[in-house]
Amino acid sequence: MITFSEQQLKVPKLARPVYLVTAGQSKFDRAFPDKRTEDLCVEALTQAAELIDKTPAELKKYIHTCYYGHFADHFGDQLLGEAVIHDRLGLDPLGTIGVKTGGATGGSTIWEAMKAVASGYSDCTLAMGWERMDEVPTDEGNFLISCAADKDWESPLGHIYTGYYAVMAQKYWKVFGKEEDSFRKTLAEIAVKHRGYARFNPYAHGAMDITVEDVLNSPVVAHPLRVLDCCLMSVGAACVIVCDEKTAMELTKNTKNKPLRIWVSAGSHTLRPADRRDMEIPLLPNETADQYKDLGERFPGGERYPGFTGFLAARMAAWYGYRMCGITDPMEDLDVIELHDAFTISDVQTYEDIGLRPYGEGRDFVESGDCYHTNPHTGEPGRLPSNLSGGLIGCMHAVGATGIMQVFEIATHIWNRWGEIHGDDNLWKKFDREKPADWTDLQVKDAKRGLTISHAGVGSHVTATILMDPDHLLKEDA
Amino acid sequence: MSMFGQVYSKNKQYKIKGDFHHLTPNQPIRDADDGWKLLGVTNPRDLTYIHSYGGEAVFFESLSKGKLMATRCDNSECEGHGTIYQPFRTYCMDCLRKCTVIDMTDLAKKTAKIHTFMVCERSGAFNILNTPIKFINVEFDGVDTILMGYLSVGEPEIGMRVVPIFQTLNPTSTILDLSWVPDGTAEKELPEGFSF
Repeated sequence: MITFSEQQLKVPKLARPVYLVTAGQSKFDRAFPDKRTEDLCVEALTQAAELIDKTPAELKKYIHTCYYGHFADHFGDQLLGEAVIHDRLGLDPLGTIGVKTGGATGGSTIWEAMKAVASGYSDCTLAMGWERMDEVPTDEGNFLISCAADKDWESPLGHIYTGYYAVMAQKYWKVFGKEEDSFRKTLAEIAVKHRGYARFNPYAHGAMDITVEDVLNSPVVAHPLRVLDCCLMSVGAACVIVCDEKTAMELTKNTKNKPLRIWVSAGSHTLRPADRRDMEIPLLPNETADQYKDLGERFPGGERYPGFTGFLAARMAAWYGYRMCGITDPMEDLDVIELHDAFTISDVQTYEDIGLRPYGEGRDFVESGDCYHTNPHTGEPGRLPSNLSGGLIGCMHAVGATGIMQVFEIATHIWNRWGEIHGDDNLWKKFDREKPADWTDLQVKDAKRGLTISHAGVGSHVTATILMDPDHLLKEDA
Repeated sequence: MSMFGQVYSKNKQYKIKGDFHHLTPNQPIRDADDGWKLLGVTNPRDLTYIHSYGGEAVFFESLSKGKLMATRCDNSECEGHGTIYQPFRTYCMDCLRKCTVIDMTDLAKKTAKIHTFMVCERSGAFNILNTPIKFINVEFDGVDTILMGYLSVGEPEIGMRVVPIFQTLNPTSTILDLSWVPDGTAEKELPEGFSF
């Protein structure tokens, strides 16, 4: 039984307000035979500078420390890859550190950059993430990814990470999905939605105009998950610039970017799902203990928490994050979100972990139409649009960059620049991608607050990044 | 003629013999769309790692003897006192005191059942299990955690009673020496080298 001390449940408090001022990213693709990783990082940093009408050289003058997210050294056969990029970006001799937390690496990198500013150590930080997943054949890539599982107890079992993960998905499918065809269809709708939104995103490399039937007829990877339920394997880079208030105001003066308040929180749980012990559900502000008293009766097998159906790390990231910035109901307080949709089923699990729906009822976030840009049932704006970038399924999963790409996307909505950036004809041409004739501006109208979830593996690390327009805070002393 | 890399320990130092890496030349990567210009190069690597099981070695050694070992926290001052860990943990995750090693073979034979499972059609490089791989997570009465393994006979179902089998003939000294079969499986149905 896991119990918490009072000290462990301290709500994190930043020593001073921290702002996100700009962000940038490269094109994402399955492979870049003609580019080095630094080319992609330069592309990302250059865009971040251009969005605030600066040259990269001008922006670099402000940067005091650098945080680099790069998960898999062994993919590129290059230790200290962070030092290579730092050098190529011309940021020596500034202080720098590498961050590695699996799929959550991007979010964790911003977490570190935020803390450096909040503490006063730096006034302006760079958080840059990337991944190079095209340097080995796919089966060797699967082997290398499986090295993120326990090498004595799990990895020898097939050297296939999907298997270590899918046992959790299977349990959720049985307990909360009740193996219903309607639930399987709901999962497929997520894949259709994310690959469809990716069609309007020039950075994305998983864009597809598909139907639920296409998903249900795609090859099985691990039942009930099929190929089109799964995320992409990608190459690319993304970055954000995080500052104190004075620097943020100076960098964004007379530009289209408004400095956005940023909070990042983090949670963790066992690397091996095998080690999970039963515990009480830590409650979010919009939940009560009573609502879960009969969870095991309504969903037989669901009485064990987090068991193999919930991600405690995501729950704890939300637990800390919501309290840091005053969120009492994420469905009411947030306008747009980007979640870590490694698989369609983990997207549903995350809806519950972060309180969009109670445990066991995640599917309703999709079935109600709340998660869409435009609710397909009503034609009205979705209540809380999710993964308009296409997410990991439609846009990319270049591991170290993923959590940063998500923040880029949310920021462009709050800056009211999503359409300007994603609809830019020149960008589509530069990326050698065809802009669809029915391209649609997915800008969320009047977006003021957003959330991203960055998630590692079977839930070993999760971060929650919350962005807010500083004129629409929920708590004055946050 | 090469020889597999072999290692033993003497006076707390590793002693090695045989070949631990093999040389393969780099090969150029060229652009078929642009006059076969040079784009990059392959970097072959063939390494053998030397890895210690530390305090968990007894678990892996016991598999080859047909025993499933676990650990239990016997620190009476620990809030997790009495917790049984499977996977085997050298130290209690609450008090960080060394756990007591226990033999839970009989408990597994009497109470093991499938908590969840997955049939996986694919594997990564270096896999030596037959595909599809039937991953199962096994729960036991009175044990706080849930062990991952693979089913060697039959089709998995949640709640199915299973029993452990052990590779006692030519063991690999890895977790692959432990597998599971449905309760009631006959000895003759077991994979080669395995026994109850």
